Amino acid sequence: MAVLNFEKKYRVRGGTLFGGNLFDFWIGPFYIGFFGVTTFFFTIVGTALILIAAAHGPTFNVWRINIAPPDLDYGLRLAPMRDGGFWQLITICALGAFGSWALRQAEIARKLGMGMHIPWAYGTAVFAFFTLNVIRPVLMGAWGHAFPYGIFSHLDWVSNVGYQYLHFHYNPAHMIAVSLFFGTTLALSLHASLVLAAINPKKGLPVASPEAENTFYRDFIGYSVGTLGIHRVGLFMALAAVIWSAICIVISGPFWTRGWPEWWSWWLQIPIWRGL
Amino acid sequence: MRWNSTNTTLIGLAGIGAVIGFGLLFTFERLPVDTVQGGFRGTSMGQVINPRTATTMAARNVAPPVPEAADPGGDRASEVFENVQVLGHLSVEQFNRIMQVMTEWIYPTENIAEGCNGCHVPGNFASDDIYTKHVARRMLQMTMSLNSTWEAHTGTVGVTCYTCHRGQAVPAYVWSQPVPNTAGGGFAAVASGEQNRPGRSVGLTSLPSDPFTPYLMGSEDIRMQGRNQHPRAESRQSIQQTEWNYGLMMHMSTSLGVNCTFCHNSRAFSNWDESPPQRLTAWHGIRMVRDINTNYIEPLRDRFPANRLGPMGDPLKVNCTTCHQGAFEPLYGAPMRVNYPELLPPPQRRADAEPGSVAGPRAN
Repeated sequence: MAVLNFEKKYRVRGGTLFGGNLFDFWIGPFYIGFFGVTTFFFTIVGTALILIAAAHGPTFNVWRINIAPPDLDYGLRLAPMRDGGFWQLITICALGAFGSWALRQAEIARKLGMGMHIPWAYGTAVFAFFTLNVIRPVLMGAWGHAFPYGIFSHLDWVSNVGYQYLHFHYNPAHMIAVSLFFGTTLALSLHASLVLAAINPKKGLPVASPEAENTFYRDFIGYSVGTLGIHRVGLFMALAAVIWSAICIVISGPFWTRGWPEWWSWWLQIPIWRGL
Repeated sequence: MRWNSTNTTLIGLAGIGAVIGFGLLFTFERLPVDTVQGGFRGTSMGQVINPRTATTMAARNVAPPVPEAADPGGDRASEVFENVQVLGHLSVEQFNRIMQVMTEWIYPTENIAEGCNGCHVPGNFASDDIYTKHVARRMLQMTMSLNSTWEAHTGTVGVTCYTCHRGQAVPAYVWSQPVPNTAGGGFAAVASGEQNRPGRSVGLTSLPSDPFTPYLMGSEDIRMQGRNQHPRAESRQSIQQTEWNYGLMMHMSTSLGVNCTFCHNSRAFSNWDESPPQRLTAWHGIRMVRDINTNYIEPLRDRFPANRLGPMGDPLKVNCTTCHQGAFEPLYGAPMRVNYPELLPPPQRRADAEPGSVAGPRAN
């Protein structure tokens, strides 16, 4: 893990959010910082809890390990370890580790005098997890509404949640989120192919300029969002996809209890076509 | 910032978006919600209930007051009254009691054509010159069958005329074959109906609106999950059948006011080992409805006047909503059979019991 020469001059003290100079150092290429220590702590404890909980379960098959939240009867109280307590502690560790990781990103960005785009972007993914396993369960009144920790088991949870609202593709926020997920993939592939096309000209020709990239898109669809703009579009679509995903799950249950197809009856009742 | 037309347009769009967004808030429900766990913790099986809706539904599904029980002793109705074909085994007191409640359940108004006149020729109760009397006889036989041979579905709760009729001559939730809105292809030979329009019978989805003809009149297999990775010669289920299947399941969910996980673990819909026990009750229910439609209602086709038939000329038939009306148990499980022993089949003595006359599965 080489440390490049120029990196040394960026290794400056300060810029920390908490703890002053405490832990303000590097180990090899890695910045530590207070939040690096907390990340490490929560990761070790959380992983150990996962292993212990798995040891209490019937299998160590990595696909089938299942660490489930408590029964709904426990509401928002603490549950005994083997009846969901492990899940509760692991959730605390997960949020501790994810949050620390975002704050460590913020400290590094401050040291380098950069914007906060990276911690916000990562924080959006953490927010989606927080919505699924904290906000929605709290709104519905029981930790048992959160998803279990297990590769197959969390997929089974997703399936059943969808079918609890009969047909999840009729969930309006799910529609928006799915469109944005497809859209962000399309934007990324268009951007990547354009860059690769520009820097791989025919043998003997110079690399094409950003002006050529812009001209390609103006000829193609009449508009080019530009070299900086495409990154704004990409970040917006990616984060919007995650935010709408969080919305689509938090409205399912707390703000809609029936089948999602039925939600659209307001649309069917618009007086213009109601009688048709 | 320079003020230009782009700013104006953006602010305008944001304003319109805000108004629409605010309006849409009123299309949702609100906290708190009630939940019932339906499977192992963390599987997310179970019901999500809006307590306000539940209160409304409970008020709408109340069983009528039960009149005082009748003395089963004394003269038989068949000995006292003329032309009593189905209820002749009852005592006169029981017979009068059931006639009285049937009037209240089916023809409750003061209208000249209602009350006793709904099923009887005025002044001549023994006469058969009124079609509703023939229908009523068959429906009584059906009710007796539902309360005995179909115990696997009706349980100890049982049914009465009120379970479906609710004070109306024609139950509010019935179906007949719709006029198809698509050109008949190879599939139209098996099922009719609409497609690609939100159908109330299928939970306002755009699924085929008549999954009843194939599954609740016919006895098509209600299964479409493949057993193999790839289609094979023995794979008979198409997309069309899959859509009927989903249509029927949407119908069952909305009829019972429950979601899919009431009867299924969606990770393996077809697997009985992972299904909640309600699925077995529903399985019997599907067979029961087929029995009702094919053996009791369809044979009455020629009895009904034209205004009692659907647009395709078939009689108005039964589906899950007819009894359930949004409740997971009709009338939320108000006991019926025990309060109306008149609606049990006549006790059969060994001598006149016909061998093999009892059709359908029995739970016990």
